[in-house]
Amino acid sequence: MRITLLAVIGLVTVCGSLDAAPARSRFTQDPYPSTYQPIASGPVLLRNATVLTGTGERLEATDVLLQDGRIVGVGQGLQAPAEASVVDATGRWITPGLIDVHSHLGVYPSPGMSAHSDGNEATAPVTANVWAEHSVWPQDPGFHAALAGGVTSLQVLPGSANLIGGRSVTLKNVTATTYQAMKFPNAPWGLKMACGENPKRVYGQKGGPSTRMGNIAGYRAAFIDASEYLRKNQPKPATPKKKRWWESASGGGTSDSAGDSGGKRDLKLDTLAGAINGEIRVHIHCYRADEMAIMLDLAKEFDFKVAAFHHATEAYKIADRLAAEGVCGALWADWWGFKMEAFDGIQENIALVDRPANGCAIVHSDSEEGIQRLNQEAAKVMASARRAGMEIAPERAILWLTRNPALSMGILEQTGTLEAGKMADVVVWNQDPFSVYAHADQVYVDGARVYDRSDRTRHPKSDFMLGQDAATGGAK
Amino acid sequence: MSASPLSCDSRRFVYLASPLLALASLLASSAFAQDVLIRNATVHTAGPQGTLQNADVLVQGGVIRAVGSNLKAPASASVVQANGRRLTPALFGGISEIGIDEVSGESATVDSAVKLSNDQPMRPEFDVTLAYNPESVLVPIARVEGLGFTLLAADTGGSFLAGQGGVVRLDGSADPIGPRVLFVKLGNDVLGLSGSSRAAQWMLLDQMVGEARGRIGADSPHALLTPTGRAVLARYLAGSGRIMVSVNRAADIRQLLRWAQRERVRIAISGGAEAWKLAPQLAQARVPVFVNALGNLPGDFDEIGATLENAARLHAAGVEVSFAQPGNDSHNARKIRQLAGNAVANGLPWEAGLAGLTRVPAQVLGVGDRIGTIAPGRLADLVLWTGDPLEVSSVAQQVWLGGRAMPMRSRQTELRDRYLRAEGVLPRAYSP
Repeated sequence: MRITLLAVIGLVTVCGSLDAAPARSRFTQDPYPSTYQPIASGPVLLRNATVLTGTGERLEATDVLLQDGRIVGVGQGLQAPAEASVVDATGRWITPGLIDVHSHLGVYPSPGMSAHSDGNEATAPVTANVWAEHSVWPQDPGFHAALAGGVTSLQVLPGSANLIGGRSVTLKNVTATTYQAMKFPNAPWGLKMACGENPKRVYGQKGGPSTRMGNIAGYRAAFIDASEYLRKNQPKPATPKKKRWWESASGGGTSDSAGDSGGKRDLKLDTLAGAINGEIRVHIHCYRADEMAIMLDLAKEFDFKVAAFHHATEAYKIADRLAAEGVCGALWADWWGFKMEAFDGIQENIALVDRPANGCAIVHSDSEEGIQRLNQEAAKVMASARRAGMEIAPERAILWLTRNPALSMGILEQTGTLEAGKMADVVVWNQDPFSVYAHADQVYVDGARVYDRSDRTRHPKSDFMLGQDAATGGAK
Repeated sequence: MSASPLSCDSRRFVYLASPLLALASLLASSAFAQDVLIRNATVHTAGPQGTLQNADVLVQGGVIRAVGSNLKAPASASVVQANGRRLTPALFGGISEIGIDEVSGESATVDSAVKLSNDQPMRPEFDVTLAYNPESVLVPIARVEGLGFTLLAADTGGSFLAGQGGVVRLDGSADPIGPRVLFVKLGNDVLGLSGSSRAAQWMLLDQMVGEARGRIGADSPHALLTPTGRAVLARYLAGSGRIMVSVNRAADIRQLLRWAQRERVRIAISGGAEAWKLAPQLAQARVPVFVNALGNLPGDFDEIGATLENAARLHAAGVEVSFAQPGNDSHNARKIRQLAGNAVANGLPWEAGLAGLTRVPAQVLGVGDRIGTIAPGRLADLVLWTGDPLEVSSVAQQVWLGGRAMPMRSRQTELRDRYLRAEGVLPRAYSP
């Protein structure tokens, strides 16, 4: 298969449209904006690799050209600009940068001290007002370990103690002193919700909910408030309807908010309203198939869309429905049994969610260890699937780690595949990545070589790790 | 490859006319035959013979009778053609709570720790093997992945001296084999059980040793141990069993080595995040380490020096290395192969990786004369693999325990098969 996707001419306009800030409603204005700046870097030609594009294709003896932070071309025999650094990738594999849709890096960082326990605002069952980004500790050494595993973007979520835990944040996996400098430009927020055992366990003795029916009542009450808030905060038509003498003095006006009758801003309802109007993506921690079905009904009742069910150890039982409704399953390869709602987990869960047409399977980590080897997690799924008679090719499996998480997080137009014009988030592997022996040799974020296994100067190190063991080299 | 998965359908799945399934059904019909000749395998003996190409293994009466080339098949034996695939000893399932922890979040199903509500929490006599349930669904789930034995662990409940465990084979037998193992946990995880100080862990341990050795009278009003506890601890102090110490920080490991030398006890270390810093001392004291080979983050201040090269550095210094998972070690015991593979990917020789899953834990736990290697006289606990047993893309094709071909089925394969098929006229609950 021979394709060339050089798009140098069109690049500027493409980039312009990709980077344009989306129009935001008042619910999703950002007072804590991204200050992320790609690291300046010259063009890079990665030459003669096996390339998994993340669009479902596997290309042999193929080059990938990175320039000005973007992927410029994927094809055979690409010409490098004169100043390009050329990497001989013969025998190596290239994939899009990996994306973890479920991480608590930064909010439950290493070391896991009580002072660092910032992932669950477990003070009330509905805390849609909190934003995970305000808990992120950028010095978490876990970010660097994940980078060495090829992870270039991640969604950091609040924990699952609460029915509605708050806003997630999507980060580029770059080192920075502030989280704003890691914040993925213009990525939508997520909303973290949780089904089942966790909320009822945490709040069972603290005023409830203490049952699954209590959980559902809790979501409904919150979304009823949000629907009312959304209605009251709808932009008013440009020409106000004629005011009658008995109507309130407030209301009317021409600007967006001049006619509000919604009262003062409510952070909790801002987030839920943003979820209903589709600007904030709903990610739900939910294990059991029957509970996922309830959550899909809840989503219909309040007219929001579920981006993904997370953990979802029983997703395989409703794989067809998830695919039909365009809901992704963000899943582990093999975790199960640590609690009752995880008792039916199987190793083929991801393969079975992937199986239907339009199935959207994602390998997620929820773990500072697992995020370092998402490729191995996928390889385990492929092996289990093969044992069950399902052969899944590497060019398919890579979607679980790149395209599909990007889709669920609303960043697929910017990253997640190796297509001209996208962010140059790229991993060069020393071999087929679906192996326990695979290493990420080089990792590029927006075209900058931010990790290189064979170059110590490209091994970022957290402030926390400095001076811990100078004599012997310290922790890797 | 030409499929375009973005507009894909089920055609991307090639349904294999699986030789695995054919072999499985062949073997299932002879599930209780104990005589088998496995022909033409790549035999990783995990023993002095190393790896044998194109070798045969003859099993009679549940025991390995011969390993060699062109062995004659007795009339009673069924013959399995391995076609060059790899054969290993059945693997070590790690330090786990298989059969004593069915659903971790449900305390009514968990028996791994004792916490008595009186003033004598120190109970070395507590023995978790008495609660072992060989019919746990975790047993076949681990077994079909090539795991043949595990070290049942006592977990810390009321004391950092957690109690005893032992080795069980995952063949459905009810009783442990080999000597008991005493579990002790040190460091920051158990400060709440030791007066808020690591130093108090040694203070309390020394007192218990004093009681067990009779240096502190049995009638002491401050005795920590019951009379039974004194007797049990005395057995370990006399060298009759291994003390497995969960510890990570180099400073604590240094104290542990001094203590073990002073008291002349046989110890092993589990976790050992910073053990590599003391590799020569551990080698000299012949202390094996069960390494969490995926640990490279400072999860706490005891693990600042964690590195993926821990296993490789320990091995290079002459320390015997096996593996241990820090969490989810029972339900996902099968992940231990991935630990070994990653240790190899980070510098451990492949043979040492396999030994860490077979010979080393068997020998360290006192059952190396029965399991852990492929050699005449050993129990026929064997696994035939689809590929490299340390590779995540390989799976166990067939497991034999005591020469019996184990059914390659579990609660998870039952769930899988129920949902692999399309639903029929009747709901799936009517399918097998």
